[in-house]
Amino acid sequence: MTPFLPVAILMASLCAAPLNMFVPENATRLRWLVNIGAASLKLGFVIWLVRVVAQGGAPNLRFNVAPGLDFHLQADALSVLFLSLSALLWLITTVYAIGYLAHGAGRSRFFCFFSLCVASTAGIAMAGNLFTFLIFFELLTLATYPLVVHRGTADAHRAGRIYLAYTLGGGLALTLGTIWLYALAGDVTFTPRGMLGDLPQTHPVALTLIFILLIGGVGVKAALVPLHGWLPLSMVAPAPVSALLHAVAVVKAGAFGIMRIVYDVYGIETAQLLGLATPLALLAGATIMWGSICALTQDDLKKRLAYSTVSQVSYITLGIALASPLAAIGGLTHLIHQGIMKITLFLAAGNFAEGHGVKKVSQMDGMGRLMPVSMFAFTIGALGMIGIPPLAGFLSKWYLGAGGLQAGQPAVIALLAASSLLNAAYFLPILHRAWFRAPPVGRKPGRNLGWMMVVPPALTAGLIIAAGLFANAPFSPLGWTRFIVSLEYL
Amino acid sequence: MMSELSLIVLLPLLAAVGAAAMPRSAGLWGLGATVVTAALAVSLALGLMNGGGRMVAISGMAAPLGIRFVADGLSVLMVLMTSSVSIAVALQASSWGVWPNRVVPERAASLRAGFWPLWLATMAAMNALFLSGDLFNIYVAFEILGLTAVGLTALSGTPAALRASFDYLSAGLVGSLLLLLGVAMAYSAIGRVDIAAVPVLSDLVSGRIALGLIVAGLAVKAALFPLHFWMPAAHSSATPVASALLSALVVKAAIYVILRLSIESGDAMGSLRLALALMGTCAMFWGAYGAIRATRLKLLVAHSTVAQVGLIVMAIAVSGETAQYAGFWQAAALLMVSHALAKAAMFIAVGRIAEELGHDRISGLNRDELRPAAAEFAFGIAAVSLIGLPPTAGFIGKWMLIDGLIEREAWIWVALVLTGTAMTAAYLSRVVSRFLRGGPHISARAEQPAWRIGDLAALGLATVALLLGLASALPLALLEVTVL
Repeated sequence: MTPFLPVAILMASLCAAPLNMFVPENATRLRWLVNIGAASLKLGFVIWLVRVVAQGGAPNLRFNVAPGLDFHLQADALSVLFLSLSALLWLITTVYAIGYLAHGAGRSRFFCFFSLCVASTAGIAMAGNLFTFLIFFELLTLATYPLVVHRGTADAHRAGRIYLAYTLGGGLALTLGTIWLYALAGDVTFTPRGMLGDLPQTHPVALTLIFILLIGGVGVKAALVPLHGWLPLSMVAPAPVSALLHAVAVVKAGAFGIMRIVYDVYGIETAQLLGLATPLALLAGATIMWGSICALTQDDLKKRLAYSTVSQVSYITLGIALASPLAAIGGLTHLIHQGIMKITLFLAAGNFAEGHGVKKVSQMDGMGRLMPVSMFAFTIGALGMIGIPPLAGFLSKWYLGAGGLQAGQPAVIALLAASSLLNAAYFLPILHRAWFRAPPVGRKPGRNLGWMMVVPPALTAGLIIAAGLFANAPFSPLGWTRFIVSLEYL
Repeated sequence: MMSELSLIVLLPLLAAVGAAAMPRSAGLWGLGATVVTAALAVSLALGLMNGGGRMVAISGMAAPLGIRFVADGLSVLMVLMTSSVSIAVALQASSWGVWPNRVVPERAASLRAGFWPLWLATMAAMNALFLSGDLFNIYVAFEILGLTAVGLTALSGTPAALRASFDYLSAGLVGSLLLLLGVAMAYSAIGRVDIAAVPVLSDLVSGRIALGLIVAGLAVKAALFPLHFWMPAAHSSATPVASALLSALVVKAAIYVILRLSIESGDAMGSLRLALALMGTCAMFWGAYGAIRATRLKLLVAHSTVAQVGLIVMAIAVSGETAQYAGFWQAAALLMVSHALAKAAMFIAVGRIAEELGHDRISGLNRDELRPAAAEFAFGIAAVSLIGLPPTAGFIGKWMLIDGLIEREAWIWVALVLTGTAMTAAYLSRVVSRFLRGGPHISARAEQPAWRIGDLAALGLATVALLLGLASALPLALLEVTVL
């Protein structure tokens, strides 16, 4: 197959980065054209790629970098899952970010790194081997750092330092694990059901250590407890960055990495054979509970959402680690579902902060009346997170639960129930305040945000409903993950 | 036969004479010679890829008595490295004026008249050194190199630079003496000094002493811990253009000879290797410590060179029997190239930043209203390359190094390399985080200075260092070329 599509998808956002550097600070039209243009172009290519991959194509690009090291891009079903999420949400977030930063400073730099960030995400999605994955994974770290410190305050710099320390540390572990695995197994091409051959019999200890290094490396970005400390801190970043970090790029890259490592490097059977799947599932379970418990006590809205991310992303890990097809469907679907739900929540939260200066849960009284559209979107997102049918989050939890039973782990049901209760406990009070309490007397009228900030969350809220209602359509997230899982568990 | 091999050495030498004789057109001589030499280097590399390594006997006498030039993959890669850095530096130096009839400020004119002859002679000496097939030639090249490099250090004429260049001169002389002593002992022990004779040397006691003396001399010249005392001051007080050359290229000459000896002697260097590896490790940490504590940007970058030299020498030293795993010394060569590109880019960028801000204090980097964004960006990319993050050549070099160490199960060295990497990230992020000051409270009033040619040079070099990683197959294929 020709390498055109993977290269075009990568280049669409990669080329937007240097272009943005040359956009003068006040040329808003030009910036709009460059960024929306690149994002739309990329989305178009991705839709094309979905069709190609659905027909069994696997366009790829491969060249030699050093003896035994290939740069390898390959679009398979799993990459398409992540790609379509990032391409769609990039477009939506770009619209939002242009509105959000309409009067801010350093916009050219911001959009340069924003594009670079999404380009790395595309690279991560399409990486055909572990080496290529590592390249883009590290690039993502570097591209997001300037976004985290964008505000330039002391807080932002502190968060940035901690972010860098965590992710570069994780990067070192991942690098070491990758080199070690290459030394053992040669080129680590991603292959459904694993590529290790009979190595698990001959080198069980080394492979276990490598697994810990690899999962530890990507686990930092996936915010697995105890590697999650950077995530709540990096909430100082502007709202579009938080949305990107939580929904599209960073934590998703981590979760996607876990998928690749468990499914396409080790293979789920080998992971079970080496006794690695169960500890990973336990870790995911612990993260789910710990994130939810921490979220309960946060008054800062974005921090509460951040801890909620810590918890929700581990649903994906749990689904992978449970080693049952149904749980896998649940986990993989949640990659998409959590993405659209979390981005809705963050964009809406950004609107509350920008429109009325509301940054804390305790200030949320009457928001439903003040900003009905944003609050409605937020409500859909929150209900989805709790898992109210027929919203997207319900489907994920349903399949995870069924998968738990299938894997002979009924404890998963209890975990899901407890987590949903906690979700309700930290989301419902917000909704109650917003809809059923009156706005405090004497509140100043808010700022008019313009359509570029209001429409994106409404749109993603619509997606949450659609993903739940039309779950059985062929190209719905659920339909596609069924297709992927059939490859892994044939 | 007047081949490219001799021309690559002769041309810069002649141009140096021309530039010294006609100071007003020194820029023309310099630019012209740099470009032509680079073209020659490229054509030499292409010829090597197609036809294998070459050997030319100068003055018609064969080894072991005659002078001869040897071009294999490693030496030609070094020549290419020199050429690419030279082009960028020449671009930056052309801001002192190129055309002889254009009026330039007096200071620029005097810098121009001093810089070009010195640099062209340095380039000639370096190319001669890389292409030399015997130790005596290498010694002679070092003598020229030592003197011109001191001249480059003193070029800016400030008291600090003069002091530093005196220290540099003294250290260089000590290094040369050790080197000469070693070469003389080698000659008296076995009666030949060509590099192919190195394995013979290591069979004799006196030969091993000679080898030890030579390596000690090289360690002084490479500024290897604890013999680096002269270097941070020298590299940080010179003009940025000279710093770029000294830090990126001149120290590489000594490292190259260490690498060459290590390859040729096979497993015979024995305890010398252990000493080098330990010195390299200490350098890595001492340099990083110095860079973490540095208050001035140029000093930070100079200390970083101490650390990087340590890493490279350590990579050379742990390679052991090269027959087992060629990746080790190839990793070292790749790290050398990557460091040369990134460090030159960094010094040029630092020069531009200091020029715009009027100072190079690290604490003051985030307080100014001026944002030399292009230079800062170049510094950032170069930093990525020095840390060794993908997709840079530094990353591929580190990958190959760690890969070899893992296969040999040398876990301690793996841990040391990774720790060094983390420390590099720590000291470079001190600077980069200050570039990312921003936010509404400062940048609303901040202005961006216009682009200068130095920005372009720094960005270009940094970009090459960044993308070379993905094209590592080319230098690695070149390194495979040997003289049959």
